[in-house]
Amino acid sequence: MSAATPKGVLTTPIFKNNPIALQILGICSALAVTTSMSVSLVMTMAVIFVTAFSSMFVSLIRNHIPSSIRIIVQMTIIASLVIVVDQILKAFAYEMSKQLSVFVGLIITNCIVMGRAEGFAMTNPPQLAFLDGVGNGLGYGFILMTVGFVRELLGAGSVFGFTVLQPIQDGGWYVPNGLLLLPPSAFFIIGLIIWALRETHPEQVEENEFKMKENSQPKEAV
Amino acid sequence: MAQSNNSIKKILTVAFALCIVCSVIVSTAAVALRPLQQLNQELDRKTNILSVANLYEEGMDVESRFEETITPRVVDLRSGEYTDEFDPDTYNAFEAASDPASSRTLSGDQDIAGLSRQENFSTVYLVGEADDPEQIILPIRGQGLWGLMRGYVSLKGDGNTFVGITYYEHSETPGLGAEVNNPRWQAQWEGKKIFADDEAVAPAISLVKGGASEATEVDALSGATLTSRGVTNMLQFWLSPEGFGEYLARFRDEVSPGEAEDADVELESEGA
Repeated sequence: MSAATPKGVLTTPIFKNNPIALQILGICSALAVTTSMSVSLVMTMAVIFVTAFSSMFVSLIRNHIPSSIRIIVQMTIIASLVIVVDQILKAFAYEMSKQLSVFVGLIITNCIVMGRAEGFAMTNPPQLAFLDGVGNGLGYGFILMTVGFVRELLGAGSVFGFTVLQPIQDGGWYVPNGLLLLPPSAFFIIGLIIWALRETHPEQVEENEFKMKENSQPKEAV
Repeated sequence: MAQSNNSIKKILTVAFALCIVCSVIVSTAAVALRPLQQLNQELDRKTNILSVANLYEEGMDVESRFEETITPRVVDLRSGEYTDEFDPDTYNAFEAASDPASSRTLSGDQDIAGLSRQENFSTVYLVGEADDPEQIILPIRGQGLWGLMRGYVSLKGDGNTFVGITYYEHSETPGLGAEVNNPRWQAQWEGKKIFADDEAVAPAISLVKGGASEATEVDALSGATLTSRGVTNMLQFWLSPEGFGEYLARFRDEVSPGEAEDADVELESEGA
């Protein structure tokens, strides 16, 4: 990996090295919270906050963390930040925190946060680590918002709660697609995003780990 | 440096210091934000009370509407009488239930809702005139599949007909048991009856699979058998004489002149 620049660490995670699309991390919460855009937005902000500050704090004390307990140290920092976020949401955005329910708590187990703390913050200075956290949070948020947009628009006919396609139940013409409100639909959308990203950034395409054998011909089988 | 970092002394120091710092941060956040959170919870509870009574509208001023329309009263569950011993605005039935002085232990057969302790006094919310309310809103709680479910039922002034049901706190499976808060499911409660007939003491209301046919039956939640069972159990407990039965009896017996005729007509038509 080339030397990390502030601009680089902030922008590469969005398209070039997206935590969800390339590293396939944090899929679980991306499936769960993307039914509406406002929930996705709050979740994105929470994750940006946690990744940025956990990376910064881990980086600040990186020279003092004994390697034998480094994972636990990182977890403690992440968990504390997540609890703080959860408390803030409960105090200032109660409705939102009810909708996000357990998923705020589950940021603790979001591999992106842990991955950045262990993979980047342990070996880089605090400012860079902070920006890296923000960048990865943005990369996560980019996917979340895209998936949320598609799911809310086609699943409920609205964007950020404002009706765009008048659903048929309310006297409109649009028949909402119920599948898009269910978690599996996020798989399809994330799959399509990964496809699109790899078309535009061919270097993301991984080499085959093994080669498929060609199908046997009918005459060989006889 | 890596050497010294891994000495036992350093490990303990780092771990200890980190724990202290993190716990201070977490507890500061929790304590500092507690008042705001409680305000939110209180508002949410009031919103739920209004919505179970079909009085809630998007964007309304919950506080003032609640003050105007709802009268909270504390009821002695054993006798069914109102009491002025407690201030209804501050009385917390949930806390009272865990205090042996203000609650009773429920034995195995009684305890169908899985509560283990029940408070002696509970708060009810009346819509309209306190003496002859249009709606009576009762708090209910009980075990669902994953944990305690807390909510409200709203009954008409006759103490027998449902207006609505809502849960403001539960941990049921999203998409299955959590559908207790699906407006479409909640809508079918309107007009359902608690008791099979006027004399009955035991509530007949239950969630049934495969389509509700009686007035005391409501469609169960599909894919959530245990949650449905929990809802049935907690209703049968709280609406029985163990719960609000004694209190509801006041409304069922007392038939005001205007309603008496209606009631007679109804009875006749049922008899015919």
